[in-house]
Amino acid sequence: MASFAARKAKNTIMLSLCVLAALIGLAWLFVILMDLLIEGIGGLSFAVFTEMTPPPGEAGGLLNPIMGSLLMTFIAVMVGTPIGVLAGTYMAEYGRHDKLTHVIRFINDILLSAPSIIVGLFIYELMVRTMGHFSGIAGAIALAIIVLPVVVRTTEDMLLLVPDSLREAGTAIGAPRWVVIRSVAYKAASAGMITGVLLAVARISGETAPLLFTALNNQFWSLNLNAPMASLPVTIFQFALSPYEDWQSLAWAGALITTLAVLTLSIVARLLTARKEDR
Amino acid sequence: MTVQSLVPPTAARDENASRLANQPKIELKDVSFFYGKSKALKDISLTLPERAVTAFIGPSGCGKSTLLRMFNRIYEMYPNQRAEGQILLDGENILDRSQDLNLLRARVGMVFQKPTPFPMSIYENIAFGIRLYEKLSRSELDGRVEQALRRAALWEEVKDKLSSSGLGLSGGQQQRLCIARTVAVQPEVILLDEPASALDPISTAKIEELIDELKSDYTIAIVTHNMQQAARVSDLTAFMYLGELIEFDHTEKVFTSPSNPKTHEYITGRFG
Repeated sequence: MASFAARKAKNTIMLSLCVLAALIGLAWLFVILMDLLIEGIGGLSFAVFTEMTPPPGEAGGLLNPIMGSLLMTFIAVMVGTPIGVLAGTYMAEYGRHDKLTHVIRFINDILLSAPSIIVGLFIYELMVRTMGHFSGIAGAIALAIIVLPVVVRTTEDMLLLVPDSLREAGTAIGAPRWVVIRSVAYKAASAGMITGVLLAVARISGETAPLLFTALNNQFWSLNLNAPMASLPVTIFQFALSPYEDWQSLAWAGALITTLAVLTLSIVARLLTARKEDR
Repeated sequence: MTVQSLVPPTAARDENASRLANQPKIELKDVSFFYGKSKALKDISLTLPERAVTAFIGPSGCGKSTLLRMFNRIYEMYPNQRAEGQILLDGENILDRSQDLNLLRARVGMVFQKPTPFPMSIYENIAFGIRLYEKLSRSELDGRVEQALRRAALWEEVKDKLSSSGLGLSGGQQQRLCIARTVAVQPEVILLDEPASALDPISTAKIEELIDELKSDYTIAIVTHNMQQAARVSDLTAFMYLGELIEFDHTEKVFTSPSNPKTHEYITGRFG
């Protein structure tokens, strides 16, 4: 019986340590979010969403960086997702046993963990220098390169989770391979694939480094993709480092908006996956 | 379980006798099958008569499922799997390179061991296969879906929830949905790969009843682990062992007076 008590005590100690570790991890997140909320909510106002970024000392908002971020994110997803989905489809469906697939997977994993500043520098060399100036499209392409490996990875993973028996069933009623992939495999994997895209969006909406070298920033309202374009992360970066209090307050507001947007996306992604599992 | 109790009633037996006279639907001539370099089926020759149920029995790994998977060439989905010899469907060799695989599979349907409804609504599960080969109006399509579901004895249970997911049905219903889906394409042959082994006894009985009804229109080949099931539903039985066809005859002959001692040992439960 003594050993039983000892084991129970050990268990209690281990459990306490685990709970403590979890709490320490969560506490930081909580502190960061609270800090962001307290500081950011003060800067939030209707004007943030309707007015342009101001010169120091004047009133203004974040409309141009918000629009710039939305536009560049949208283009990045539109460019990165189809390529990523097609590549993932090749790897999971057509070339599952090919050498090429292993090579792609390896390179994709490197791209997935490549520092985003490298991507920024790459697009700087490729587009900004050849075009002669910073531009929104260069920013969007840099973000697309970050979207790409995330989508490739999740598409492949999700398609590999679709059981072969389902593909056999589709094939057995006479459906050509591409129809089986489109109507059966994609459908079975759709929640996961959409989650992948949403996670990619969440990832790029906070990226600053690739945009610093490509889209730079723009103080004024501009939807011209051939000109420098404002974005939330770069504006936050610039405003937060500035000595002006009203800029700093706008930076907090921008950070809060970005965080809330990412949070919303993550929740939507979770809900999509959960609804799939319920059925 | 004695051998006697496995035998279908006399009436059924007489009916079976006449069935053998049916036209041949599928003829195998010296068919072999390879997984990579290993030979899984060895020079098999047999004939499946039209509109009759042929059962394939034998211990695990004897190649009965492999044999079934050749009839619609579903094995082509995987590299390293290869068939040799001739399989004639209505006299034409389906192993020929020029055979269109999708058309072959529309003629030779297949139902698998585990129910595999597509991740879509019950209606779409059926309509999916029909749309592949026919352009129908909405009302015609509705009719065909209903007809297929009725054929699979599922209509009454699902007619009020056609738009809900096929994944929400019970295992037995899912399997009948898969049968309906197969029937909807209007194939000539239906392959059943242990269609009831994942189901409860009541669902199994329903599937067996269904097989009995379907055989008036279709040529059916069924693989089963369950010897009583083979005896109940089939007209002809093929006993396979280690990739070879040991015995192929009328079901009641195989189960009452098998000519090969190996068959006798298997059906009396001496091994397997």
